[in-house]
Amino acid sequence: MIRVEGLCKTFKVPKRPAGIKAAAKALFKREYIEIEALREVSFNITAGEVVGYIGPNGAGKSTTIKVMSGILVPDKGKCEILGRTPWDDRIAHVKDIGVVFGQRSQLMWDIPVIDSFELLRDIYRVPDNQYRVNLSKLRDILDLGDILENPVRQLSLGQRMRCEIAASLLHNPKILFLDEPTIGLDAVSKIAVRRFIKDINRENGVTVILTTHDMGDVEALTDRILLIGKGEILFDGSFNKLKSSYNSYSILTVDHSGCDNAPTIANTSMLSNINGRMVLQVDTKHRSISSVINQLSDILEIRDISVETRPIEEIIAALYKEYHI
Amino acid sequence: MKPYISALRVRFLNGLQYRAAALGGLTTQFFWGAMAIFLYQAFYQSGSQPQAFKYSELVTYIWLQQAFLALIMLYDWDYELFDMITSGNISYELCRPCHIYGLWYTKLLSKRLASATLRFSPIVIIALLLPTPYRLSLPHSIMSFLLFIITMILGLLLLVAISMLIYISVFKTMSPVGSMAFIGITGEFFSGMTIPIPLMPQWLQRVCYIMPFRWTADLPLRIYSGNIRVEQGLVSIGVQLLWILILVSVGSIMMKRITKRVVVQGG
Repeated sequence: MIRVEGLCKTFKVPKRPAGIKAAAKALFKREYIEIEALREVSFNITAGEVVGYIGPNGAGKSTTIKVMSGILVPDKGKCEILGRTPWDDRIAHVKDIGVVFGQRSQLMWDIPVIDSFELLRDIYRVPDNQYRVNLSKLRDILDLGDILENPVRQLSLGQRMRCEIAASLLHNPKILFLDEPTIGLDAVSKIAVRRFIKDINRENGVTVILTTHDMGDVEALTDRILLIGKGEILFDGSFNKLKSSYNSYSILTVDHSGCDNAPTIANTSMLSNINGRMVLQVDTKHRSISSVINQLSDILEIRDISVETRPIEEIIAALYKEYHI
Repeated sequence: MKPYISALRVRFLNGLQYRAAALGGLTTQFFWGAMAIFLYQAFYQSGSQPQAFKYSELVTYIWLQQAFLALIMLYDWDYELFDMITSGNISYELCRPCHIYGLWYTKLLSKRLASATLRFSPIVIIALLLPTPYRLSLPHSIMSFLLFIITMILGLLLLVAISMLIYISVFKTMSPVGSMAFIGITGEFFSGMTIPIPLMPQWLQRVCYIMPFRWTADLPLRIYSGNIRVEQGLVSIGVQLLWILILVSVGSIMMKRITKRVVVQGG
């Protein structure tokens, strides 16, 4: 459905040192530095997938989304979406996709949301009956009941974002690109947006590609992760695979009835052992949690035990560090 | 065509809601018109030669100019479009199954139509009721009135085509200030908005006639008052159409090229 091959994009960014002299010089001769936003990015996405596209700021996420939605023309590489090249066949291509840029707005500021929706209906040439069906469905699941008649400027961020998402789905797109759809949202709106994305993926088979910095989004929504850093794809696989390959340790907290000398257990390190509470870090690559618990129960009387895996945010941060991005 | 008509309608309705801006504009235009008329009266009374442009024609010219300012004045910018380019919100425009040139053309057109709709009738009515030397006269003939309407509409289409070039230039410069001032002031002068063209020296008039600007404002206003005769007016429709054709083609080709090279950074 989506085939991206060897995508490259370089931006020319003007630069000049501080000061009046440099500014005067720049009037006549501009200097530029080249920034490689994408370096040989390749991946395939099949219909019905939900793909999380993650990476630190400036990694090239938005650039990829913009190339795939026909806004940017890459310097090199191929991109085929539903059999078309987005930038060559822009108008035909955009009819089949929906896009939400979380940091921008597609609704007109001073007029009621419903007027913007009707404009989009005409722009995408959505037949009337189909528009009505879509609208009532979106109104129900995104809980837009009362806010459609309000001017956009009166809406809260959460309400606006729900309207933005609805706006990009009025024309039944086959693919939905979401660029940071949950940015700045409170917990309730976030959950509503996530549930909705899941629903339209399951029920309408919409393929979803979303970029986000919120690992909660990724965990709740995606079957597959693409990690990009410095313009290159660094990881492509399922969330669990990412977790198991980078989740190198777990924390084991044991309440016990007392043991004076600390036992030595292979492949673990003792973080603390005070007042009958022992905290161990277990190297899960070399040893399973259960074998550690077995060994502990032989030497201690265990009252309570809890296992925490490494938080996902930390895994991602470690990943970024490992790849120097 | 439907997407563009719908965009036109929504923008038009959107433009109609800015009542305070309309009231402000109305007052400014009324006083500006009155001031210009008194000023020219002083000139006409102190001048020794009779002018080719009669005082009554001039008064009519100025009242129409003020009443329909939004349709003939280059200097009526849509900052939303400038913002769209410089802030990157253009991303959304490029995701629509429309030609950007067409979409923006309709946006500019509807903004002008909305602002003219709110403003023209009060000025026309008041100017028609004023005492004689200052009054807006009735059209020279029915034929010249019809021709006035036709050339005004074509002039508006041409004006929007000219202003589109300014918006396109912002893709390159990222700031509208330079092009706005340059094309804005040049265009205003050569369309006869600063000084009516019949009052300019002969050689300058000739310069005006080869540029596109005067076909937007000067032409319809002078047709109304009969300063340009109907036969001449009919020929000028052809010139207007030719200019529209040239500038729309140039603009849409430039737009197509520049949107291929657009760079939307961040977010």
